[in-house]
Amino acid sequence: MFLRTYLLKRLLLLIPMVLGITFLSFAMMRVAGSDAVLQQADAAGLALSQEVLEAQRAELGLDQPFLVQYGRWLGGFLTGDLGVSYVSGQDVFSTFVSKLPATLLLTGVSVLLTAAISIPLGILSAVRQNRFTDYLIRLCSFVGNSLPNFFVALLLMYLLSVRFSVFPVISQGIGWKSAALPALTLSIAMSAKYLRQVRAAVLNELGQEYVIGEKTRGIRFSATLWKSVLRSCLVTLVTLLALSVGSLLGGTAVVESIFMWDGVGKLAVDSINMRDYPMIQAYVVWMAVIYAAINLVTDILYRVLDPRIRLEGETP
Amino acid sequence: MRERKPQAEKYLQSKRSNHMKARLILFSVLVTGLLLTAVFAHWLCPYDPNQQNLDMALQAPSLDHLLGTDRFGRDMLSRVIMGSRTSILSALVLVGIISVAGSMAGVVCGCCGKAADTVIMGIADICLAFPGLVLALAVAAVLGGGVHNAVLALAAVSWPKYARLARSQTLAVKHSDYMAAAQLAGDTRRQLIFRHILPNIAGQILVTAMLDVGTMMMEIAALSFLGLGAKAPTAEWGSMMSEGRSMLQTYPWVVLTPGIGIFLAVALFNLLGDAVRDYLDPKTIQREQEETVE
Repeated sequence: MFLRTYLLKRLLLLIPMVLGITFLSFAMMRVAGSDAVLQQADAAGLALSQEVLEAQRAELGLDQPFLVQYGRWLGGFLTGDLGVSYVSGQDVFSTFVSKLPATLLLTGVSVLLTAAISIPLGILSAVRQNRFTDYLIRLCSFVGNSLPNFFVALLLMYLLSVRFSVFPVISQGIGWKSAALPALTLSIAMSAKYLRQVRAAVLNELGQEYVIGEKTRGIRFSATLWKSVLRSCLVTLVTLLALSVGSLLGGTAVVESIFMWDGVGKLAVDSINMRDYPMIQAYVVWMAVIYAAINLVTDILYRVLDPRIRLEGETP
Repeated sequence: MRERKPQAEKYLQSKRSNHMKARLILFSVLVTGLLLTAVFAHWLCPYDPNQQNLDMALQAPSLDHLLGTDRFGRDMLSRVIMGSRTSILSALVLVGIISVAGSMAGVVCGCCGKAADTVIMGIADICLAFPGLVLALAVAAVLGGGVHNAVLALAAVSWPKYARLARSQTLAVKHSDYMAAAQLAGDTRRQLIFRHILPNIAGQILVTAMLDVGTMMMEIAALSFLGLGAKAPTAEWGSMMSEGRSMLQTYPWVVLTPGIGIFLAVALFNLLGDAVRDYLDPKTIQREQEETVE
């Protein structure tokens, strides 16, 4: 009952959010002075007279007021029509969609890898708090936090591809072997942050009174850890992981272009270098929408999974 | 838990605070050294960082060139030192801009009525709706290359964090008794903001800003690496690594030395940030920092 009102509220809040995102993206690209007519003429190597330019602008609706243009563009956005690329002349939206699965695969693998690295290490670090293992894990996390991801990418490339040729230097198509290095790069940066959060969450739970209570009743620590502590942390851990996907999506741009991974991040960097504004616009808008959707799903999951929060929200 | 005797508690506390003070001093000194290097970079360089000498191209590290030379024969040590100026100073300027502008916006939101609050927070929420570097990439694309534009692009994206922090802190401070007392004593709104609110929230903002310097340095370097920051021949760590990345296999020092430069600088600033945080408020701030999600 209350969950339903909450859901409805969140979905309604999404509308101004999407309007804001689209407006900002549209306005930014207009400010960039991206005159589609001039750009296309330049790309085709044509020098057109003022009259022809004006006529073409009128045809594209570029002579109309800003808000009208925005409205038309928003209509196009909702129906999956974001114009054509200045460079390739192909439909922007379908290009973006065709590259998206590669990025999603990379993101998915990275998230799994991050979970596989940081959850066990974070728990270990919390359980062994202020002992050698904890210090070692925290040191690694600190180092990971201070390394920019492109440097990690180059280091991994140097060590694993050049020195020991375990993995291909440049990705050959979309496969597991090519995904390994970029995914590892992304998950190292993400694990460094996430590991700390896991440690903090588990430590917080270990400090609860029931842990001492179970100890006094003679329950083994491992039983307390697995059956009580980790169980109650689980929802927090999942949520934190989902929330960190945002920084991952941004980071893909750098990592994809280093490893020549043919996803939307590389597409964006290439488009920026070629000043292909419709393409950049599509990338920015759709990444923001995807991010908003992930946040929404995370929020809802958190509420559905954790009865404590549901109760708090529901008691009047 | 066993109750400790008050004296033992006091002893432990003073020991801990001495330890924290020592850490703070150590890292402050190191960071000051780094800053001095950045500011006086052109005096510290053994060679002119932009002087090309093709006879000496791609020399391995030696006594003459401690970190080797790049493909134009430029001395890597000089370029790494010179790069510290671009990278560190621009990160500091960036953090300065976003922490001041963001907190001003946040304080205004907290103090000056609902309309301002709704508008500013609405804008902040929209900026926060874009994942990480994505919006910065777009802004940099619109503005074109150059370190200044990279700083502006990142500033446009990162201020909302400070606005939110300052707003929530202001709201927390606003309803305290001493604010009511100051209001009763006839303080104007400006006096309230500058005498009472700002001094009270400055600590939190300072800690957040200190911890942000390293991150921002990495983001500027990332934009430069993608060709959206410093332009050749300016020595900047990110763009130096980008220039050298095709030579990773054959002449690794061209890539590794600026990379190590970034790592050391970021690590030092992070260590100082942690030390300041622990010193100013060992318990509450740490907990909040660890729990806030990026």
